[in-house]
Amino acid sequence: MQIDLRTVSIQPQRQAFDHLVRRFGDKPASRYQEGSYDIQATENLHYRPTWDPDQLIYDKSITRIVMADWYALKDPRQFYYNTYTLARARQQETTEANFSFVESRGLAEMIPEDLKQTALKVLVPLRHAAWGANQNNTFVCGYGYAAIFTQACMFHAMDNLGIAQYLSRIGLLLGDTEALDDGKKAWLEDEAWQPLRRYLEDCLVVRDPFELFVAQNLALDGLLYPLVYERIVDGYLSSGGASAIAMLTQFMNDWHDETRKWIDAVLKTAAAESGHNREVLQEWCAKWGARAAAALLPVARLALGSAAEEVVGEEMAALKARLIKTGIEI
Amino acid sequence: MSTVFIALQANEDTRPIIDAIVIDNPDCTVNRQPAMVKIDAPGSLTVRRDTIEEQLGRAYDLQELNVNLITLSGNVEEDEDTLTLRWNS
Repeated sequence: MQIDLRTVSIQPQRQAFDHLVRRFGDKPASRYQEGSYDIQATENLHYRPTWDPDQLIYDKSITRIVMADWYALKDPRQFYYNTYTLARARQQETTEANFSFVESRGLAEMIPEDLKQTALKVLVPLRHAAWGANQNNTFVCGYGYAAIFTQACMFHAMDNLGIAQYLSRIGLLLGDTEALDDGKKAWLEDEAWQPLRRYLEDCLVVRDPFELFVAQNLALDGLLYPLVYERIVDGYLSSGGASAIAMLTQFMNDWHDETRKWIDAVLKTAAAESGHNREVLQEWCAKWGARAAAALLPVARLALGSAAEEVVGEEMAALKARLIKTGIEI
Repeated sequence: MSTVFIALQANEDTRPIIDAIVIDNPDCTVNRQPAMVKIDAPGSLTVRRDTIEEQLGRAYDLQELNVNLITLSGNVEEDEDTLTLRWNS
Protein backbone atom coordinates (compact mmCIF):
# COMPACT_ATOMS: atom_id res chain seq x y z
CA MET A 1 0.00 0.00 0.00
CA GLN A 2 1.27 3.41 -0.86
CA ILE A 3 0.52 6.46 1.20
CA ASP A 4 0.83 9.89 -0.35
CA LEU A 5 1.32 12.79 1.97
CA ARG A 6 -0.02 16.00 0.58
CA THR A 7 -1.11 19.38 1.84
CA VAL A 8 -4.73 20.24 1.50
CA SER A 9 -5.26 23.93 1.37
CA ILE A 10 -8.62 24.97 2.77
CA GLN A 11 -9.77 28.37 1.62
CA PRO A 12 -11.42 30.16 4.51
CA GLN A 13 -15.01 31.22 3.87
CA ARG A 14 -14.06 34.81 4.46
CA GLN A 15 -10.62 36.36 4.66
CA ALA A 16 -11.62 39.49 6.55
CA PHE A 17 -14.62 41.39 7.85
CA ASP A 18 -16.96 42.65 5.14
CA HIS A 19 -16.23 46.31 5.78
CA LEU A 20 -12.51 45.66 5.40
CA VAL A 21 -13.05 43.67 2.22
CA ARG A 22 -14.98 46.63 0.80
CA ARG A 23 -12.04 48.89 1.59
CA PHE A 24 -8.99 46.79 0.87
CA GLY A 25 -10.20 43.94 -1.30
CA ASP A 26 -10.59 40.29 -0.44
CA LYS A 27 -7.35 39.53 1.39
CA PRO A 28 -6.39 38.91 4.99
CA ALA A 29 -6.59 42.13 6.98
CA SER A 30 -3.99 43.33 9.47
CA ARG A 31 -4.84 43.70 13.13
CA TYR A 32 -4.39 47.44 12.74
CA GLN A 33 -7.05 47.50 10.04
CA GLU A 34 -9.40 45.37 12.10
CA GLY A 35 -8.88 47.52 15.16
CA SER A 36 -9.23 50.90 13.48
CA TYR A 37 -11.26 51.09 10.30
CA ASP A 38 -14.97 51.84 10.17
CA ILE A 39 -15.61 51.30 13.84
CA GLN A 40 -16.87 54.82 14.47
CA ALA A 41 -20.54 54.75 15.47
CA THR A 42 -22.48 56.33 12.61
CA GLU A 43 -26.04 55.10 12.84
CA ASN A 44 -28.87 54.80 15.32
CA LEU A 45 -27.83 57.88 17.22
CA HIS A 46 -31.35 59.17 17.66
CA TYR A 47 -30.80 61.99 20.04
CA ARG A 48 -28.80 65.12 19.76
CA PRO A 49 -26.67 65.87 22.80
CA THR A 50 -28.58 67.92 25.35
CA TRP A 51 -25.46 70.01 26.00
CA ASP A 52 -25.42 71.19 22.39
CA PRO A 53 -28.52 70.37 20.32
CA ASP A 54 -26.96 72.05 17.26
CA GLN A 55 -24.52 69.23 16.76
CA LEU A 56 -24.72 65.47 16.45
CA ILE A 57 -23.06 63.24 19.02
CA TYR A 58 -20.37 62.36 16.49
CA ASP A 59 -20.33 65.29 14.16
CA LYS A 60 -18.05 65.81 11.18
CA SER A 61 -19.11 69.43 10.85
CA ILE A 62 -17.74 70.65 14.20
CA THR A 63 -14.44 71.23 12.44
CA ARG A 64 -13.83 73.39 9.41
CA ILE A 65 -11.74 70.64 7.84
CA VAL A 66 -13.80 68.67 5.33
CA MET A 67 -12.84 65.11 4.44
CA ALA A 68 -14.72 62.86 2.04
CA ASP A 69 -13.41 59.91 4.04
CA TRP A 70 -12.13 60.59 7.54
CA TYR A 71 -10.52 57.19 7.58
CA ALA A 72 -7.94 58.53 5.15
CA LEU A 73 -6.11 59.94 8.18
CA LYS A 74 -4.08 56.80 8.68
CA ASP A 75 -1.46 56.60 11.39
CA PRO A 76 1.81 55.61 9.66
CA ARG A 77 2.97 53.97 12.89
CA GLN A 78 -0.12 51.75 12.67
CA PHE A 79 -0.73 51.94 16.39
CA TYR A 80 -3.73 50.18 17.80
CA TYR A 81 -4.01 49.11 21.43
CA ASN A 82 -1.63 46.16 21.19
CA THR A 83 1.21 47.70 19.18
CA TYR A 84 0.95 50.94 21.12
CA THR A 85 1.16 49.38 24.57
CA LEU A 86 4.02 47.08 23.51
CA ALA A 87 6.01 49.97 22.08
CA ARG A 88 5.51 52.14 25.15
CA ALA A 89 6.23 49.27 27.57
CA ARG A 90 9.62 48.81 25.90
CA GLN A 91 10.36 52.52 26.16
CA GLN A 92 9.21 52.58 29.76
CA GLU A 93 11.79 49.89 30.57
CA THR A 94 14.55 51.94 28.96
CA THR A 95 13.51 55.04 30.86
CA GLU A 96 13.34 53.16 34.16
CA ALA A 97 16.84 51.85 33.50
CA ASN A 98 18.05 55.39 32.80
CA PHE A 99 16.52 56.71 36.01
CA SER A 100 18.03 53.93 38.10
CA PHE A 101 21.41 54.45 36.40
CA VAL A 102 21.39 58.12 37.32
CA GLU A 103 20.13 57.42 40.85
CA SER A 104 22.40 54.48 41.68
CA ARG A 105 25.56 56.24 40.54
CA GLY A 106 24.70 59.52 42.18
CA LEU A 107 24.93 61.36 38.88
CA ALA A 108 22.39 63.92 40.04
CA GLU A 109 24.78 65.13 42.74
CA MET A 110 27.52 65.61 40.19
CA ILE A 111 25.52 68.13 38.16
CA PRO A 112 26.87 71.67 38.65
CA GLU A 113 24.50 73.56 40.94
CA ASP A 114 23.68 76.39 38.53
CA LEU A 115 22.80 73.93 35.74
CA LYS A 116 20.67 71.93 38.12
CA GLN A 117 18.73 75.05 39.02
CA THR A 118 18.30 75.92 35.33
CA ALA A 119 17.05 72.41 34.59
CA LEU A 120 14.55 72.60 37.44
CA LYS A 121 13.43 76.04 36.37
CA VAL A 122 12.78 74.97 32.78
CA LEU A 123 11.61 71.37 33.12
CA VAL A 124 9.42 71.18 36.20
CA PRO A 125 6.79 73.79 35.20
CA LEU A 126 6.49 71.97 31.88
CA ARG A 127 4.63 69.17 33.59
CA HIS A 128 1.66 71.52 33.78
CA ALA A 129 2.02 72.18 30.06
CA ALA A 130 2.07 68.42 29.46
CA TRP A 131 -1.13 68.07 31.46
CA GLY A 132 -2.72 70.73 29.25
CA ALA A 133 -1.58 68.76 26.21
CA ASN A 134 -3.26 65.71 27.72
CA GLN A 135 -6.53 67.59 28.09
CA ASN A 136 -6.35 68.92 24.55
CA ASN A 137 -5.66 65.57 22.94
CA THR A 138 -8.44 64.00 24.95
CA PHE A 139 -10.74 66.70 23.59
CA VAL A 140 -9.66 65.98 20.01
CA CYS A 141 -10.33 62.30 20.67
CA GLY A 142 -13.77 63.08 22.08
CA TYR A 143 -14.97 65.41 19.36
CA GLY A 144 -12.92 64.34 16.37
CA TYR A 145 -14.27 61.90 13.82
CA ALA A 146 -13.15 58.43 12.70
CA ALA A 147 -11.50 55.99 15.08
CA ILE A 148 -8.33 55.86 13.02
CA PHE A 149 -7.67 59.48 13.93
CA THR A 150 -9.20 59.70 17.39
CA GLN A 151 -7.56 56.57 18.81
CA ALA A 152 -4.13 57.96 17.92
CA CYS A 153 -5.09 61.18 19.73
CA MET A 154 -5.99 59.19 22.83
CA PHE A 155 -2.62 57.43 22.74
CA HIS A 156 -1.04 60.86 22.35
CA ALA A 157 -2.96 62.09 25.40
CA MET A 158 -1.70 59.17 27.47
CA ASP A 159 1.84 59.91 26.31
CA ASN A 160 1.43 63.52 27.43
CA LEU A 161 0.46 62.25 30.86
CA GLY A 162 3.48 59.95 30.90
CA ILE A 163 5.74 62.87 30.02
CA ALA A 164 4.23 64.93 32.83
CA GLN A 165 5.07 62.08 35.21
CA TYR A 166 8.64 61.80 33.98
CA LEU A 167 9.03 65.54 34.48
CA SER A 168 7.69 65.19 38.03
CA ARG A 169 10.20 62.42 38.71
CA ILE A 170 13.03 64.55 37.39
CA GLY A 171 11.88 67.33 39.72
CA LEU A 172 11.77 64.92 42.69
CA LEU A 173 15.16 63.48 41.83
CA LEU A 174 16.92 66.82 41.49
CA GLY A 175 15.10 68.96 44.03
CA ASP A 176 12.68 66.85 46.09
CA THR A 177 9.07 67.91 46.64
CA GLU A 178 10.01 71.59 46.93
CA ALA A 179 10.97 71.49 43.26
CA LEU A 180 7.39 70.54 42.37
CA ASP A 181 5.94 73.28 44.57
CA ASP A 182 8.32 75.82 43.07
CA GLY A 183 7.46 74.60 39.59
CA LYS A 184 3.76 75.07 40.18
CA LYS A 185 4.37 78.52 41.65
CA ALA A 186 6.45 79.47 38.62
CA TRP A 187 3.75 78.18 36.27
CA LEU A 188 1.11 80.26 38.05
CA GLU A 189 3.02 83.41 38.89
CA ASP A 190 6.39 83.70 37.18
CA GLU A 191 6.36 86.23 34.31
CA ALA A 192 8.31 83.89 32.02
CA TRP A 193 5.61 81.22 32.06
CA GLN A 194 2.50 83.36 31.67
CA PRO A 195 2.51 83.56 27.83
CA LEU A 196 2.77 79.76 27.59
CA ARG A 197 0.12 79.26 30.27
CA ARG A 198 -2.14 81.66 28.43
CA TYR A 199 -1.52 79.78 25.17
CA LEU A 200 -2.54 76.50 26.77
CA GLU A 201 -5.57 77.97 28.49
CA ASP A 202 -6.71 79.48 25.21
CA CYS A 203 -6.29 76.04 23.64
CA LEU A 204 -8.51 74.52 26.32
CA VAL A 205 -11.47 76.51 24.97
CA VAL A 206 -10.91 75.94 21.24
CA ARG A 207 -14.00 74.04 20.07
CA ASP A 208 -12.75 72.91 16.66
CA PRO A 209 -10.98 69.59 17.26
CA PHE A 210 -8.76 69.86 14.20
CA GLU A 211 -7.73 73.39 15.01
CA LEU A 212 -6.86 72.22 18.50
CA PHE A 213 -4.82 69.40 16.98
CA VAL A 214 -2.85 71.97 14.99
CA ALA A 215 -2.46 74.37 17.91
CA GLN A 216 -1.31 71.75 20.41
CA ASN A 217 0.42 68.97 18.52
CA LEU A 218 1.90 70.83 15.61
CA ALA A 219 2.49 74.43 16.65
CA LEU A 220 3.23 74.13 20.37
CA ASP A 221 4.84 70.68 20.58
CA GLY A 222 6.57 71.18 17.24
CA LEU A 223 8.47 74.10 18.75
CA LEU A 224 8.60 73.14 22.42
CA TYR A 225 10.17 69.69 22.09
CA PRO A 226 13.11 70.60 19.84
CA LEU A 227 13.64 73.79 21.80
CA VAL A 228 13.59 72.34 25.32
CA TYR A 229 14.84 68.80 24.84
CA GLU A 230 17.27 69.23 21.95
CA ARG A 231 18.50 72.78 22.35
CA ILE A 232 18.37 73.31 26.10
CA VAL A 233 18.82 69.81 27.56
CA ASP A 234 20.93 68.01 24.95
CA GLY A 235 22.75 71.14 23.85
CA TYR A 236 23.17 73.67 26.58
CA LEU A 237 22.92 71.54 29.75
CA SER A 238 24.87 68.54 28.42
CA SER A 239 27.77 70.60 27.18
CA GLY A 240 28.02 72.18 30.65
CA GLY A 241 28.31 68.81 32.38
CA ALA A 242 24.70 67.90 33.06
CA SER A 243 24.34 65.08 30.56
CA ALA A 244 22.62 63.02 33.26
CA ILE A 245 19.54 65.14 32.61
CA ALA A 246 19.69 64.24 28.93
CA MET A 247 19.47 60.57 29.96
CA LEU A 248 16.32 61.32 31.91
CA THR A 249 14.65 63.14 29.02
CA GLN A 250 15.60 60.65 26.32
CA PHE A 251 12.01 59.48 26.05
CA MET A 252 10.78 62.97 25.18
CA ASN A 253 13.19 63.20 22.24
CA ASP A 254 12.37 59.74 20.94
CA TRP A 255 8.68 60.37 21.41
CA HIS A 256 8.75 63.64 19.52
CA ASP A 257 10.66 62.06 16.62
CA GLU A 258 8.14 59.23 16.47
CA THR A 259 4.92 61.19 16.87
CA ARG A 260 5.82 63.95 14.40
CA LYS A 261 5.60 61.36 11.64
CA TRP A 262 1.99 60.77 12.55
CA ILE A 263 1.20 64.48 12.90
CA ASP A 264 2.81 65.25 9.54
CA ALA A 265 0.93 62.40 7.87
CA VAL A 266 -2.40 63.67 9.23
CA LEU A 267 -1.73 67.22 8.05
CA LYS A 268 -0.44 66.06 4.67
CA THR A 269 -3.52 63.94 4.01
CA ALA A 270 -5.90 66.68 5.14
CA ALA A 271 -4.13 69.35 3.11
CA ALA A 272 -4.02 67.19 -0.02
CA GLU A 273 -7.78 66.60 0.19
CA SER A 274 -8.82 70.04 -1.05
CA GLY A 275 -7.79 73.66 -1.53
CA HIS A 276 -10.26 74.61 1.17
CA ASN A 277 -8.55 72.36 3.72
CA ARG A 278 -5.15 73.64 2.73
CA GLU A 279 -6.20 77.25 3.24
CA VAL A 280 -7.75 76.53 6.62
CA LEU A 281 -4.66 74.62 7.75
CA GLN A 282 -2.39 77.39 6.54
CA GLU A 283 -4.39 79.92 8.51
CA TRP A 284 -4.24 77.82 11.69
CA CYS A 285 -0.57 76.92 11.35
CA ALA A 286 0.42 80.55 10.79
CA LYS A 287 -1.73 81.83 13.64
CA TRP A 288 -0.79 79.26 16.28
CA GLY A 289 2.80 78.88 15.10
CA ALA A 290 3.54 82.56 15.61
CA ARG A 291 1.80 82.56 18.98
CA ALA A 292 3.64 79.44 20.15
CA ALA A 293 7.00 80.92 19.19
CA ALA A 294 6.21 84.09 21.14
CA ALA A 295 5.03 82.08 24.15
CA LEU A 296 8.15 79.93 24.22
CA LEU A 297 10.62 82.80 23.90
CA PRO A 298 10.63 83.77 27.61
CA VAL A 299 10.93 80.08 28.55
CA ALA A 300 13.96 79.71 26.29
CA ARG A 301 15.45 82.83 27.89
CA LEU A 302 15.45 81.10 31.28
CA ALA A 303 18.22 78.84 30.04
CA LEU A 304 19.72 80.43 26.99
CA GLY A 305 19.60 84.09 27.94
CA SER A 306 20.19 86.48 25.10
CA ALA A 307 20.71 83.66 22.58
CA ALA A 308 17.06 82.63 23.00
CA GLU A 309 15.71 84.90 20.29
CA GLU A 310 17.97 83.45 17.63
CA VAL A 311 17.35 79.86 18.72
CA VAL A 312 13.56 80.27 18.68
CA GLY A 313 13.87 81.87 15.25
CA GLU A 314 15.82 78.86 14.00
CA GLU A 315 13.27 76.44 15.40
CA MET A 316 10.46 78.41 13.78
CA ALA A 317 12.28 78.17 10.44
CA ALA A 318 12.67 74.42 10.99
CA LEU A 319 8.95 74.12 11.69
CA LYS A 320 8.15 76.00 8.49
CA ALA A 321 10.44 73.69 6.52
CA ARG A 322 8.70 70.70 8.11
CA LEU A 323 5.30 72.11 7.13
CA ILE A 324 6.31 72.67 3.52
CA LYS A 325 6.84 68.92 3.19
CA THR A 326 3.21 68.41 4.19
CA GLY A 327 2.05 70.92 1.57
CA ILE A 328 1.34 73.79 3.98
CA GLU A 329 3.17 77.05 3.55
CA ILE A 330 3.26 79.69 6.26
CA MET B 1 10.52 34.59 -19.76
CA SER B 2 11.62 32.70 -16.67
CA THR B 3 9.91 33.15 -13.38
CA VAL B 4 11.49 34.07 -10.07
CA PHE B 5 9.82 33.71 -6.71
CA ILE B 6 10.15 34.45 -3.05
CA ALA B 7 8.30 32.58 -0.32
CA LEU B 8 7.67 34.05 3.11
CA GLN B 9 5.95 32.77 6.20
CA ALA B 10 2.38 33.99 6.47
CA ASN B 11 2.20 36.06 9.63
CA GLU B 12 1.73 39.59 10.94
CA ASP B 13 5.39 40.48 10.27
CA THR B 14 5.30 39.64 6.59
CA ARG B 15 1.99 41.31 5.74
CA PRO B 16 3.50 44.75 5.11
CA ILE B 17 6.40 43.14 3.23
CA ILE B 18 4.00 41.34 0.93
CA ASP B 19 2.02 44.54 0.40
CA ALA B 20 5.25 46.35 -0.48
CA ILE B 21 6.32 43.66 -2.94
CA VAL B 22 2.93 43.84 -4.64
CA ILE B 23 3.21 47.63 -4.92
CA ASP B 24 6.72 47.46 -6.41
CA ASN B 25 6.02 44.52 -8.73
CA PRO B 26 2.62 44.95 -10.30
CA ASP B 27 3.13 41.86 -12.50
CA CYS B 28 3.65 39.47 -9.64
CA THR B 29 1.24 36.75 -8.55
CA VAL B 30 0.55 36.29 -4.86
CA ASN B 31 -0.01 32.72 -3.96
CA ARG B 32 -1.40 32.28 -0.45
CA GLN B 33 -0.80 28.80 0.86
CA PRO B 34 -1.23 27.42 4.37
CA ALA B 35 1.32 29.24 6.57
CA MET B 36 3.20 30.46 3.51
CA VAL B 37 2.89 33.15 0.90
CA LYS B 38 4.70 32.56 -2.38
CA ILE B 39 5.13 35.45 -4.73
CA ASP B 40 5.95 34.63 -8.35
CA ALA B 41 7.07 37.24 -10.81
CA PRO B 42 7.98 37.00 -14.48
CA GLY B 43 11.56 38.07 -15.20
CA SER B 44 12.53 39.83 -12.02
CA LEU B 45 11.28 40.79 -8.59
CA THR B 46 12.43 43.71 -6.48
CA VAL B 47 11.96 44.22 -2.75
CA ARG B 48 12.50 47.84 -1.73
CA ARG B 49 13.30 48.98 1.76
CA ASP B 50 11.53 52.34 1.57
CA THR B 51 8.29 50.79 0.30
CA ILE B 52 8.34 48.34 3.20
CA GLU B 53 9.04 51.19 5.61
CA GLU B 54 6.04 53.05 4.26
CA GLN B 55 3.80 50.03 4.76
CA LEU B 56 5.27 49.21 8.14
CA GLY B 57 5.44 52.70 9.63
CA ARG B 58 8.95 52.29 11.04
CA ALA B 59 12.57 51.99 9.94
CA TYR B 60 13.36 48.61 8.43
CA ASP B 61 16.58 46.74 7.79
CA LEU B 62 16.27 44.49 4.74
CA GLN B 63 18.16 41.79 6.61
CA GLU B 64 15.10 41.40 8.83
CA LEU B 65 13.53 39.75 5.81
CA ASN B 66 15.59 36.64 6.48
CA VAL B 67 13.72 35.95 9.69
CA ASN B 68 10.56 35.13 7.76
CA LEU B 69 12.07 33.99 4.49
CA ILE B 70 11.36 30.37 3.55
CA THR B 71 12.90 30.11 0.13
CA LEU B 72 13.56 32.02 -3.05
CA SER B 73 14.58 31.33 -6.59
CA GLY B 74 16.67 33.49 -8.88
CA ASN B 75 20.02 35.15 -8.58
CA VAL B 76 20.09 37.60 -5.73
CA GLU B 77 21.37 41.13 -6.08
CA GLU B 78 21.33 42.83 -2.75
CA ASP B 79 22.29 46.15 -1.25
CA GLU B 80 21.03 48.16 1.69
CA ASP B 81 17.97 49.49 -0.10
CA THR B 82 16.87 46.76 -2.47
CA LEU B 83 16.85 43.05 -2.99
CA THR B 84 16.38 41.93 -6.58
CA LEU B 85 15.80 38.45 -7.90
CA ARG B 86 16.41 37.69 -11.57
CA TRP B 87 17.86 35.01 -13.77
CA ASN B 88 21.04 36.22 -15.41
CA SER B 89 20.64 35.50 -19.06
